[in-house]
Amino acid sequence: MSRCCTEFSRSSLLHRAVAEAGSGLPAIEQGMPVPAGTGLDRREILLRSAGLALAVYGAGSFALPGFEDGILEAAEAAAPAQPVLVSVFLDGGADSLSLLAPVGDPDYRRLRPKLALPDSGLAFTEDTRLRWHPEAAALRTLHLEGKLTVLPTVGYTDADQSHFTSRHYWEVGATNPGLRTGWLGRYLDKAGRPDNPLQGLSLDGELAPPLATSKAPVAALRGADGYRFWAPGVWGEVESQMLETLAPLGGARGSGDKALASIASTATQAQRLRHQLAPFNGKGFASPVAYPEHRSGFPQKLAGLAAMLAGGLPLRCVALRAYGMYDTHSEQSDDLAQGLRLTGDSLLAFQRDLEARGLADRVLTLVWSEFGRRAEENGSRGTDHGAAGVAMLMGTRARGTMIGELPKLKDGLDKNGNLKATVDYRSVYTSLLEQWFDFDAAGAIPNARAYRRLELVR
Amino acid sequence: MYRGAFGPEQAERLLWRAGFGPRRGEAEALAKRGLDDAVHALTRAGRQRFVGPAAKDEKGRPLAPRDAWGHDHLWWLDRMVRGNRPLMERMTLVWHDWFATSNDGVGSQNLMLRQNALFRRYWLGSFTQLVTAVTRDPAMLLWLSGTENSKWSPNENYARELMELFTLGSGRGYTERDVREQARALTGFRNDWREGVGPTRFRFDRERHDVGSKRVFGRRGRFDWRDAVRLCTAHPRHPSFFVPKLWGYFIPTAPSRSTQRALERLYVRNRYAVRPVVEAILRHPLLYDGPRMVKPPVVYTAGLLRAAGRGVDTESWTWLCANAGQQLFYPPNISGWNDDRWLDTATYLARWEIAGRVTRPAALDPNKVRSPLDADQLLTRALDFWGDPRLSSGTRRVLRGYTNRALATANASWKKKSYPALIENSLRHMIAVSPDLQSS
Repeated sequence: MSRCCTEFSRSSLLHRAVAEAGSGLPAIEQGMPVPAGTGLDRREILLRSAGLALAVYGAGSFALPGFEDGILEAAEAAAPAQPVLVSVFLDGGADSLSLLAPVGDPDYRRLRPKLALPDSGLAFTEDTRLRWHPEAAALRTLHLEGKLTVLPTVGYTDADQSHFTSRHYWEVGATNPGLRTGWLGRYLDKAGRPDNPLQGLSLDGELAPPLATSKAPVAALRGADGYRFWAPGVWGEVESQMLETLAPLGGARGSGDKALASIASTATQAQRLRHQLAPFNGKGFASPVAYPEHRSGFPQKLAGLAAMLAGGLPLRCVALRAYGMYDTHSEQSDDLAQGLRLTGDSLLAFQRDLEARGLADRVLTLVWSEFGRRAEENGSRGTDHGAAGVAMLMGTRARGTMIGELPKLKDGLDKNGNLKATVDYRSVYTSLLEQWFDFDAAGAIPNARAYRRLELVR
Repeated sequence: MYRGAFGPEQAERLLWRAGFGPRRGEAEALAKRGLDDAVHALTRAGRQRFVGPAAKDEKGRPLAPRDAWGHDHLWWLDRMVRGNRPLMERMTLVWHDWFATSNDGVGSQNLMLRQNALFRRYWLGSFTQLVTAVTRDPAMLLWLSGTENSKWSPNENYARELMELFTLGSGRGYTERDVREQARALTGFRNDWREGVGPTRFRFDRERHDVGSKRVFGRRGRFDWRDAVRLCTAHPRHPSFFVPKLWGYFIPTAPSRSTQRALERLYVRNRYAVRPVVEAILRHPLLYDGPRMVKPPVVYTAGLLRAAGRGVDTESWTWLCANAGQQLFYPPNISGWNDDRWLDTATYLARWEIAGRVTRPAALDPNKVRSPLDADQLLTRALDFWGDPRLSSGTRRVLRGYTNRALATANASWKKKSYPALIENSLRHMIAVSPDLQSS
């Protein structure tokens, strides 16, 4: 049973539809923005050199047969070290007041009588009123090492309370429902290459809207089951026997003419590839550190990403969803604890992996959510949609200290009882583009000059 | 002219090459009519009828081909599945590929469907009239910059493709100067733009037309757009472009010199009518005893649905066909789909998924259905699901070997009860992805 709100489910559906547009777009309600990237053409591609099944978006502008050449060329051009930005999305609106609980604030227990976290707990060194969520020990470790910047109240004024709209604003980098390209997509349009879809890689099998471009090609990894042969009503031993017959069946009529020869050889290649890609589920990569094992595949995606970077693939912007259900309208404790634990542990493993591989100085990871949650809990041990929320920036070159602040709850709430933002999310974007990519933010963020720059990178 | 036996096997191939494969029993019925009558039945089809339940989306709602993303594809697929004029739809697909226009550049499903209706109207008619109609078709005018071509700033886009891709072939009988002069002849089209509607009021405007004298293919005159088309199809090298290109849609090996000459003469003698040429191709021996062709993805999909007796009832066909390399109304570029290269590891998986999507709703539940513990019976039953298509002996051998291996894993009584149904499901799937059904 899902405890998230119906609008959340619908918005997830619609976003899925960005990639699986053919499976039917749910009706868009009046005023709802269309997700960035909707309608971009998509081609399924196999990157033979790396054994990856990809969906490539916006590939109309380059010839697909030359596509591996473009990637190889981009990989060489990128040597030795292009900076990489990883966007990790906490889907649903993560509760910043539980991730960093203001136990020292006199109003905290009044607003959160049932959900308040205990005073004991993991101290947050930069603000003695705050405690890390007990399941966020990994994040605390990163913070203590100076590799995690926390922005406790990031957002924008008059925050939209719709998952859909607010998420869209974050994705496109502007409070503009009509924008159809993502903020990183516009960066790639200007700074990317016309022949390297890996420069914008979504790891969830569907195009992540922040990466939606208008012309530069980007790709989505179809992931663990991207090259899976599924047969309805067939399983177990019968299925194994069936799939082992793929190649012999393809060649059953011989290869006497061109058509039969192409069927026979494609079936053989397909069967071989099926075996090669079967282990892509994280286990295929030799990771120098241990990642958590989880059915969601989130830690494995990060493990795979580190392996891809180590393998020299020319990635620049990468996007994926964190594990967890953050739209915690009821019984929030369990969902939140599970999500934060696995996400934090996985991020720490990823950071350790990058360090072990000598890649740590090349990669910054931005963790964000479409909004925070209402300061006051609701009647079902949950919280409703809020305004400002939490974002984090992880990496050896992240500043590592808090940006913005968590104001006293007495003064820090807007008329709806939601946290006011102390940092605008576009300040984060413009600063990242300039400091991390050395790119003029005006080329990707509308009205970029209006946003105060933050010192994010060291 | 094919003089060999015309049995169900030949009728089945004819139905695949000139349509979307047989429905149950159709090949046998067509075979009884003999070759000439069978070809006539395809090229002189009677009134349009649709057999079976109307197309709908997952929720049972009617399609919205003009508006909803992907429904244009479904709408046409439905005509392929349910229509009683398969060759008309197949020729419409030929023209869609020949004059490959993509909605990526047009941006209006409405205009794409208008163009589709045009192709259907001229399916076997005069090629000159077809090209004339295409030249002023709104989707084409947008796609190849026809309405941007004015006497003040000529645009060569359409003029070049008219000769290179539609009528003469690259470097065959025209010069760069002919391209420029033809572009002048083609000036004059325009359209308006209306908020909420998009491009509209496509028309010829004399004001924008270059009325001056042009020199095309060595002839001089005050040519306009109709002349531009006529000059191309009347060009002595047009028939030798037209015949092998049309032939290639039905038969994978090139025609012999004498066959090609005969077809060119037939074409010119009939004043560029397509029907006699298609009829001759459909009666040619190479269609029946020549090599096989890989079915285009939509032909494969429509054919499986016809064979299984299922209509269009899910929107999945759009993205499944796109994954297999052919989304209708979105050809990859102006030269259309590459018929030689339908298969790679990614499109192979997509075709596997298409087959599974067709069988899925009817998948047998091993808890409810008792399938026989016998390889031959299982294969017979699975073939029946597809209306008994003919399988080669090689394919039968592989399937029987597989079935025996799979049955051998049923080494416990519960497995003996449930595995046969799983095997029957798998055989249905495997028949659909066998070389016999992937190609025709």
